[in-house]
Amino acid sequence: MTKGIVTGIISNLVHVEVDGPVSQNEICYIDLHGVKLMAEVIKIAGNTAYTQVFESTRGLQPGCTVEFTERMLEVKLGPGMLSKNYDGLQDDLNKMDGLFLTRGEYTDPLDEHSVWHFTPLAKAGDAVQAGDWLGSVPENWINHKIMVPFKMEGQYSIKSIAAEGDFQITDTIAVLANAEGAEFPLNMIQYWPVKLPIRAYASKPRPFKMMETGVRTIDTLNPIAEGGTGFTPGPFGTGKTVLQHSISQNAEADLIIVAACGERANEVVELFVEFPELDDPRTGRKLMERTIIICNTSNMPVAAREASVYTAMSIAEYYRSMGLRVLLLADSTSRWAQALREMSNRMEELPGPDAFPMDLPAIISNFYSRAGYVFLNNGTPGSITFIGAVSPAGGNLKEPVTESTKKAARCFYSLSQERADSKRYPAVDPIDSYSKYLEYDEVKEYLDGNIAPGWVHDVLTAKDLLLRGKEAKDQINILGDDGVPLDYHSRFWKSELVDRIILVQDGFDPVDKSTPIKRQAYMLQLVLKICREELVFANYEELQPYYTRLINGLRQMNYQEFQNAKFKEYEAQLMAIVAERRAK
Amino acid sequence: MAGTAFQKIYTKLNQITKATCTVTATGVGYEELATVSGRLAQVVKIMGNSVTLQIFSGTEGIGTDAELVFFGKPPTLKVSDQLGGRFFNAYGDPIDGGPEIEGQEVEIGGPSVNPVRRKDPSELIATGIAGIDLNNTLVTGQKIPFFADPDQPYNQVMATVALRTKADKIILGGMGLSNDDYLYYKNTFESAGVIDKIISFVNTTDDPPVERLLVPNMALAAAEYFAIEKNESVLVLLTDVTLYCDALSIVSNRMDQIPSKDSMPGSLYSDLAKIYEKAVQFPEGGSITIIAVTTISGGDITHAIPDNTGYITEGQLYLRRDTDIGKVIIDPARSLSRLKTKVMGKRTRADHPQVMSASVRLNSDAVNAKTKMENGFDLSDYDERTLKFARDYAEQILAIDVNVDTDQMLDTTWALFQKYFTREEVAIKDEFMQLYWKKA
Ligand SMILES: Nc1ncnc2c1ncn2[C@@H]1O[C@H](COP(=O)(O)OP(=O)(O)OP(=O)(O)O)[C@@H](O)[C@H]1O
Ligand SMILES: [Mg+2]
Repeated sequence: MTKGIVTGIISNLVHVEVDGPVSQNEICYIDLHGVKLMAEVIKIAGNTAYTQVFESTRGLQPGCTVEFTERMLEVKLGPGMLSKNYDGLQDDLNKMDGLFLTRGEYTDPLDEHSVWHFTPLAKAGDAVQAGDWLGSVPENWINHKIMVPFKMEGQYSIKSIAAEGDFQITDTIAVLANAEGAEFPLNMIQYWPVKLPIRAYASKPRPFKMMETGVRTIDTLNPIAEGGTGFTPGPFGTGKTVLQHSISQNAEADLIIVAACGERANEVVELFVEFPELDDPRTGRKLMERTIIICNTSNMPVAAREASVYTAMSIAEYYRSMGLRVLLLADSTSRWAQALREMSNRMEELPGPDAFPMDLPAIISNFYSRAGYVFLNNGTPGSITFIGAVSPAGGNLKEPVTESTKKAARCFYSLSQERADSKRYPAVDPIDSYSKYLEYDEVKEYLDGNIAPGWVHDVLTAKDLLLRGKEAKDQINILGDDGVPLDYHSRFWKSELVDRIILVQDGFDPVDKSTPIKRQAYMLQLVLKICREELVFANYEELQPYYTRLINGLRQMNYQEFQNAKFKEYEAQLMAIVAERRAK
Repeated sequence: MAGTAFQKIYTKLNQITKATCTVTATGVGYEELATVSGRLAQVVKIMGNSVTLQIFSGTEGIGTDAELVFFGKPPTLKVSDQLGGRFFNAYGDPIDGGPEIEGQEVEIGGPSVNPVRRKDPSELIATGIAGIDLNNTLVTGQKIPFFADPDQPYNQVMATVALRTKADKIILGGMGLSNDDYLYYKNTFESAGVIDKIISFVNTTDDPPVERLLVPNMALAAAEYFAIEKNESVLVLLTDVTLYCDALSIVSNRMDQIPSKDSMPGSLYSDLAKIYEKAVQFPEGGSITIIAVTTISGGDITHAIPDNTGYITEGQLYLRRDTDIGKVIIDPARSLSRLKTKVMGKRTRADHPQVMSASVRLNSDAVNAKTKMENGFDLSDYDERTLKFARDYAEQILAIDVNVDTDQMLDTTWALFQKYFTREEVAIKDEFMQLYWKKA
């Protein structure tokens, strides 16, 4: 193994003089008086390796010795990851003893001694390749597949495989042989370098299904596809985190991976506390059972922040290879970009816009491209849907991280300060935001077929109402209430109906916080029906009180269980209000 | 901070800039402290045997033959109960004429709390100020800044808030404090008769700016001692964080780092997060709450300092002089305590969240009405009523000098609702209407 000696230190950038070969992204350990600090090679010049240390470098001195590992930064994969709380390097936070995170303390991501009930899914003599399923163990409510390690290239045959029974992850469960007859005993553990995508699948079609999130402004107006990508840029306090938390609670996914990347510790604690208590609306089990939390809070070392999103993505790819629907949420990818910027500046690289590294757009689009809908080699579908939060500096969307992400992600949910200020949550701007999937023929077909006939048309009608309402509002603001035709006021108030009833959603109300798609369809159709009514008003002053009543009635419906007695009562009252002004 | 035995001493500097110097030395650790001609300095860069130090008080008059003494350790603070009631400079040395502190020596700027060892903040902090208690309730373990114009009385407001809370310890981290403000705090604390629970680390405008960089971590190291060892609830006041950031940019500039937005270092987010994330609620009952002041110029919150702060803290409070009543209020429209939902209606009366949002909504209708009026449009009857409501609301509830408990704030707000609005306009859940809307 190559060894080295520390020669320079600038914050967490450490120069190491090496005595042998090193590779880009190789992991090394720096010995600081017996404490081993993990670091990653990020540049090599002559016999100097530039490393980014995943820990504080306080007290480090030139002359400290360094050992290289010949491995890149890897995740350790196997049963037992569900419900775990990891740091950015996949250390199990619950296994750490102290109140404080201790430098150089790395813990096992898996539980070496827990016992799993293994059922073989293949038999001796079968031909297999990387990613093929050898067997399965129940992990919480998931059938966790034990797979041929992704690192094994080429074809193998199964020499032997364990019979159904209880095993620890380190027990051998199968022996594979290659064409030359060399044997490879396998246990339930495998490793994967996080910066590389796992490609053990047959094909990656365009996403064609919708993934329900329970959030109306997304599902109804700009749906995200299963296996699709989206991002939520927004100034601070506009609701990115609340939106991600509510998606994580209600989305139609088998597994949720939450990457808290450079954000507040208290927000992660909220997940730690709530998820073990909250019910998964689909399975009735606790949310924590289908969740993995990766957290690198903002006060943890920045290099590990960059690693955290890759760790999360690699774990997502691992579970996707089992034929599961994985939802990956990262809050916030801007912090990851900032971590890259910090390192790039320390290495005195030529800076791009706003001092971010020149290759930022490429890094971001590579990352987003790891999401997607796939058919595995055995034909089973699996998916990673990815939604990233972006925190634009100064709330200005014309900054490098937002612009680069816009090129990579297919859904754009722009959170607006104005909406947040007027407490119209979720503050997703209905005019600026879009879902490219609404333009996919296969998605349109899916929506019309699965939600309601003519659904896409209804959605476009709603968008149109919103746009025309905004235009009318602008005119009213310029010309004054009585300076515009009455029709402008009608247009404005119709858009208010769509906005306040369909888009505005109370993230903290037990009923309203998540709306199943059937209910979303019902409410949209009801609102559109009212908007199509020909209502008569004598002057503009009559509209505000009248529409306020309509809005109140519809909001009461939103707070009731779908189709319960109260719901129907409010609906009847509402129709009576509509009748008051219907043209005779 | 005195030196100890076995110190390495050098007397030949290779390079001197306005804030840093470079020396050829070996066996030096990163972030190690030293003195250069008696001035405190810290290692910020090591390249081979070339060691760069930042000299906190500046390099004026430092010669190439200056005596450089390495301490063999990073900045530390001695912590014990003796800290109570004392005033220190940025280095943790007493400035009140009292004796040195005896106690355990701890490194400042230490590691982060393991997130799984934190507790979800849930203890309410009462201040008697409605702009906080009613609209933006604070919680122990929270971190929140005041965004204030430099001419607003933020130090007075902070002192008021601090003294009205039931914190076990109040730790002041003063950065670039004017001497007058320093004396104001000192007098206010002394005359409140609570001096023993107050500890101050102060860098005034008379002191060199780079010294400020030590202040937050000194204050927070002391806070951690009381929160962890004594399970106390500790309130840390940091004022003014903008001046701290200015010092950061001075140092990074002197080290030829590429500045990012507004000439701030690219690491500003991480630098500030390391401070603010020390706010914590421990399961054993101890807590660290941080209330800071970030002065902003011309109300521009897109500037890198307030912008990064907003992305880190759990909300922000805006001070505003209400010209209608001629008093300072906490602006209900733009202020937000993000943790308020953890206690509102749970630790306070059940109608609290609804009353709060109704009053904020009606108040913002008043703001719209005002704009309408200024643009020369006619006001409707409703507009007129919102304006009257907003004025009473500011006077009787929001003004910073009002000091009442939350129940009373709620009752007064209900009375104002009823005075100016119909039930439909107030639009609060029926169950609360029945309880608090008085029958005529
Ligand atoms: N759907 C919602 N319903 C009600 N209140 C909300 C909603 N979304 C956001 N809020 C309010 O806005 C506050 C800030 O939301 P959130 O923490 O999600 O913002 P953010 O965009 O993640 O900010 P930052 O960039 O600083 O992390 C919340 O604490 C809450 O008070
Ligand atoms: Mg957030």
